[in-house]
Amino acid sequence: MIDTATLWLVIIGLGAGSFLLRFTFLGFVGDRPLPDWLLRHLRYTAVAILPALVAPLVVFSGENGSTDPTRIAAAIVTLAVGIWTKNVFAAIGAGALTLIVLVYGIG
Amino acid sequence: MQSTTTKSAFWAGVRDGAPFMAVAGPFAMLFGVLATEAGLSIFEVMSFSIVVIAGAAQFTALQLMQDNAPTVIVLISALAVNLRVAMYSAALTPYLGAAPLWQRIFAAYLLVDQSYALSHAKFDADPDLTVPQRMAYFFGTCLLVMIVWFGCSYAGAALGTALPADLPLDFALPIAFLSMVAPMMRTLPHLIAAAVAIVVSLLAVSIPYSLGLIVAGALGMMAGAQAELWLKGRRA
Repeated sequence: MIDTATLWLVIIGLGAGSFLLRFTFLGFVGDRPLPDWLLRHLRYTAVAILPALVAPLVVFSGENGSTDPTRIAAAIVTLAVGIWTKNVFAAIGAGALTLIVLVYGIG
Repeated sequence: MQSTTTKSAFWAGVRDGAPFMAVAGPFAMLFGVLATEAGLSIFEVMSFSIVVIAGAAQFTALQLMQDNAPTVIVLISALAVNLRVAMYSAALTPYLGAAPLWQRIFAAYLLVDQSYALSHAKFDADPDLTVPQRMAYFFGTCLLVMIVWFGCSYAGAALGTALPADLPLDFALPIAFLSMVAPMMRTLPHLIAAAVAIVVSLLAVSIPYSLGLIVAGALGMMAGAQAELWLKGRRA
């Protein structure tokens, strides 16, 4: 269960931080150009941090951190359909369907 | 585009933003459902969605809080996921930087994937727009998307309390993340960044306080940036 004080700290901190990220350039920096090396790293933040977050959740998804084949299969289907169709909802649908079929159909 | 008025620019934004309701709605709803399952009240879910307005960052924070990660790590990770809005802010500044401060404050609050993508394309294609017309267009693109974002967060939170308990919802978040990541794999450097981040995150699971995530994210980012430099160098 998530602690209430922590939750509100995160909501307010994340809200303030996100606002600052959005406001920095529009509000403070004006239209001065950003250094190339910074932009180059910013381009890869989401594509690095999201897989880093999700990989352990997929690989250690079973009881007590074991590996659960049904969840691995659902993850692979989601990723494959997502890369193939470039469509977020086709990927979610395919992944969810795979998981539900494997969990209720076989398990 | 002969006689664009501020009013018509606003409604053009509303029209162009309409299709994005279909993108924002399901994500907001999923967030509402999962946050409720994690024990948040409807008031907490709504506060989260109204204060933060950033799907991927909200999902990240929710997952890490459920893992009992330290608050600092929750904030750093979720903000890292949201770093792209700083790029959006930088990209729109040449077009909107001259607007009054109070308008820029509201625009910053509403700066999300959809409003950025539509506005940047429009401002680029239509260089004759005045600053007030650009602002009007920008706010127009936000109108429906925000109504749907808040409405579906509420619907999801209300629904979350009514869902059967045995659904495998523990894995809804990983599936949502994977579906967001997959279309981002546009170039080789993107793939390299993701691959490095995955390998490091798996090797680093035992590092305490979820610090492995930060290390893996930072190394993935650097790998992507380096790969981009190498590819450019070889082509030049």
